[in-house]
Amino acid sequence: MAGLKSLLGLSRDESIGPLDYGRRWWMRLIVGLTFLFLYAPIVVLIAYSFNDSRRNIVWLGFTTDWYVKAFNNDSLLTAFANSLTIALVNTVFSVILGTLTALLLWRFRFPGRPVYEGAVALPIVIPEICMGVAMMAFFAWIGWPNDLPWPISLTNIIIAHVAFSFPFVAVIVRARLAGFNRELEDAAKDLGATEWRTLIDIVVPYLRPGLIAGALIAFTLSLDDFVITFFTAGPDTITLPVKIFSMVRFSVTPEVNAASTVLIVITVITTVIAMRLQNINKPG
Amino acid sequence: MENWRKHPLVFWAFSLPPSFWLIVFFFVPLTLVWGLSFSEKRGIIETELTFTLDNYLRGLEPIYLEILWKSILLAGGATLICLVVGYPVAFAIAFASERWKPWLLLLVILPFWINILIRTYALIAVFRSRGYVNFAYEDLWTAANWLVGLVGLSLGERFVPLSLLYNNVAVVAGIVYAFFPFMVLPLYANIEKLDRSFMEASLDLGAGHWRTFFSVVFPLTWQGALSGIVIVFIPALGAFFIPDLLGGTDSQMIGNVIERQFKSANDWPFGAALSFLLMYATFFALALRALVAGRRGAGALDA
Repeated sequence: MAGLKSLLGLSRDESIGPLDYGRRWWMRLIVGLTFLFLYAPIVVLIAYSFNDSRRNIVWLGFTTDWYVKAFNNDSLLTAFANSLTIALVNTVFSVILGTLTALLLWRFRFPGRPVYEGAVALPIVIPEICMGVAMMAFFAWIGWPNDLPWPISLTNIIIAHVAFSFPFVAVIVRARLAGFNRELEDAAKDLGATEWRTLIDIVVPYLRPGLIAGALIAFTLSLDDFVITFFTAGPDTITLPVKIFSMVRFSVTPEVNAASTVLIVITVITTVIAMRLQNINKPG
Repeated sequence: MENWRKHPLVFWAFSLPPSFWLIVFFFVPLTLVWGLSFSEKRGIIETELTFTLDNYLRGLEPIYLEILWKSILLAGGATLICLVVGYPVAFAIAFASERWKPWLLLLVILPFWINILIRTYALIAVFRSRGYVNFAYEDLWTAANWLVGLVGLSLGERFVPLSLLYNNVAVVAGIVYAFFPFMVLPLYANIEKLDRSFMEASLDLGAGHWRTFFSVVFPLTWQGALSGIVIVFIPALGAFFIPDLLGGTDSQMIGNVIERQFKSANDWPFGAALSFLLMYATFFALALRALVAGRRGAGALDA
């Protein structure tokens, strides 16, 4: 009871300092309610993917049937395979392009640099729907065929994903570069290393945590994207979020919960790893 | 930093691939849509660039103006709720003990990484008439009905569930749910940087907590609030599956109209004009923020 009281900030044993906002009961109430609002729906969603009932309303016992059902659903599996393929290829391209951008902005002074910096950040900030319709219009305009064999049929989605993922990688890699000691680079060059050798042997090893964090972020961004994929994809290519959207529109079944839970688990694990690497990234 | 002329080859090797991608697969598509917004529809998919302003003027017709206004209201309302709730939450994190701080931050950031679509779907299960909010309300109602029954009164024949879904309130709740972390993070960053002796001085000199907040804390952290407002309001304004899944027939937002023009109504020039109205609003908000942040000389990628 005493522990609960102190958790709620009701304990009178220790006096609360004027700036101890974290220990005032009303502050804790607001924070508690906010987290309840943020997490309760997700917890319910995950719990009900294990519920032995079709109707998602009352708890009737534990089952993994919905996962079995989801894994036997061919179109869901295809969507999942598409999502993973897109995310993996997107990661490779985004890491390369993002790292180049970061190196460029870190190393060189050139005319129009601030404008360039703003232009690279633009895909991060514009509303997703604007980018989505732009991609849709673009692929229609160049006459992108809809009947390509798999996995070539995913190329247009990958292109769109790379366009919005690599700026994020650039931000992350640049944060890592901020702590790089340029004298190491100079030393390597003094000792006769070429630009390429210096990049591969000195800069890239230093960047590794940033590169991995960037790769994981690019992977999750792509795996999670719905809006841009929804507009870019042709009628026959679906990804997991697009599939979930169409399932949600028809009905609310525990199968959707199961598919969603799988996606949540993958993205959360990937991101937690990425964030831990980001912490290593902090200079100093 | 070195001048690019010193190592032009390295410079081009670094700059060409990302620039190519950015130009061909981002700026060309945007320019294309911009061009479409000044075009006229000729056939089912044919359009012709005629530099007409008709598409924009059509956006000003009462029916669309109303949707535009509604989008601004819904997105603005949601942003306001995020701001009002975000301040105390950011405060609590900034003033939490060192042991709790990283965990609280993680709890705020984690929903970011859960698909927005899935989170919207999760809200449906909680809000619908046979959902948890209504179950809790029904229990309360039954208990209250029993209590007033003791004195011979009744709350009604039987329990009527709240209709929490398929209306504007549900859309606002959905937007808050989706974008709340965007508000807390910049607020937290600014409150964390705040010199606490200012607050101590204010409290010492007799100002209350409210007075201290409005006269000291807010004036010193409003840049964080502005960042939060911009990064919540912009995506909220362009939301389309949140009103689609949570809203009713009268909670259409501009995103829904854009989606319809491109996906079913097939009027791309009009859809392009609407989507560029969103872009202009975005540029305006970013320019405003840059104007403020520019005084501190922050680069766009340093955010």
